[in-house]
Amino acid sequence: MGRESLAVESFAMESLASEPLGMGLAVVVAVLLVLGSLFSLLAAVGLLRFPDLYTRMHAASKAGSVGSGLLLIAAGLHALDGAILLRALAGFFFILLTAPISAHLLAKAAHHAGQRLHPISVTDQMPRERVGPKD
Amino acid sequence: MKRAILILSMTLTWTAITGSVSALNLLLGLAVSALSLWLVREQVAAAGSNVRPLPFLLLCGLFFKELALSAIKVAFLVVQPRMRLKPGIFAYSLTVTRDFEITLLANLITLTPGTLSVDVSADRRILYVHALDCADPAALRHDIAHGFERRIREAFPL
Amino acid sequence: MSANDLLQSATGFSLVVLSLSLVLTVVRIVRGPSLADRVLGLDMLVAIAIGFIAVIAVRTGFNLYIDIAIALGLVGFLATVAFARFILMRGTSPQRLEPAATPPGPRMAKRGKAGQAARRRRRGDR
Repeated sequence: MGRESLAVESFAMESLASEPLGMGLAVVVAVLLVLGSLFSLLAAVGLLRFPDLYTRMHAASKAGSVGSGLLLIAAGLHALDGAILLRALAGFFFILLTAPISAHLLAKAAHHAGQRLHPISVTDQMPRERVGPKD
Repeated sequence: MKRAILILSMTLTWTAITGSVSALNLLLGLAVSALSLWLVREQVAAAGSNVRPLPFLLLCGLFFKELALSAIKVAFLVVQPRMRLKPGIFAYSLTVTRDFEITLLANLITLTPGTLSVDVSADRRILYVHALDCADPAALRHDIAHGFERRIREAFPL
Repeated sequence: MSANDLLQSATGFSLVVLSLSLVLTVVRIVRGPSLADRVLGLDMLVAIAIGFIAVIAVRTGFNLYIDIAIALGLVGFLATVAFARFILMRGTSPQRLEPAATPPGPRMAKRGKAGQAARRRRRGDR
């Protein structure tokens, strides 16, 4: 409790002392925060609503990574410091790089382990069990 | 020569991220980038190829546009009260051959609207792609071939 | 001063929304019919936690939180890759139940809420 209020206070003093966050930048940061959290929420809702693992993966890998990436960029912009903004951007690229890889690995593993597509699916042209050289 | 440019740019990134330009920090950045490049020396040698800057930037631009579109599309799909989905996995025969090109294509496909790469066949000829709307696989194949795959071939000539 | 107010309310809103999405993801982890669904839920949980930490960095002004978020992203990615390998191994091995049920235990128990899901799954599998 004490430490947190101290942090907030020091933040307020720092931003008053050095460079008060301009209104324009504050609006940009606020919009990024709201958008990012909404994307994260929609990804979570998609995780609940989609019918099977593969469709859920679409929600998690796209909306989820964009959501947390936007929040990271908002934090980087808010710092008013080039080094920290660069670090936040590096984190954003890292998320964008790893999200498709983990989704791909998980989908591949599930398909090999015999996870079926939901009955509403129209086609499955991927061979079962082993991707053999026969085609 | 190419390696020297790589090390130099990595050192610059290091100084930018750590936020100090002292001589010691520059030296440390140089050491770290040389060490990390030495760790992955075999992969770098295998992937060594020339990059054309302008098509590469175009590819990046296309990627960010498609990423934003895909996130918005998934978001809209989620909030609809009745989801109309025709999911399915279709096979896509690759024309790019090198490993890093296939990796790049698979990653780009995953982050674009409605498609997610699932697997590559053992002979690296076929990419299996899951699509949220798989009613017309031919159109999806056409989109990939004329969008990302063409751009990748332009950005990384043989 | 009004810029500060704006940021305060924006971060408050984001924290509430992110907490809601954390709860929804935990529901999916508890309900998820297969192990792969739960792993996907854990991946999503890590992504939301990264966003949460970023919002806290904005709210408190401690920029060190951004580094923590990046480190968490690295750990989450590695965990998901390890789980995917595990699913791949278990799915193709002939003896499916006896040895495979033990390895995820300690790893999942470390992650607080996920331990519940793991216990439930082990009960449900039999």
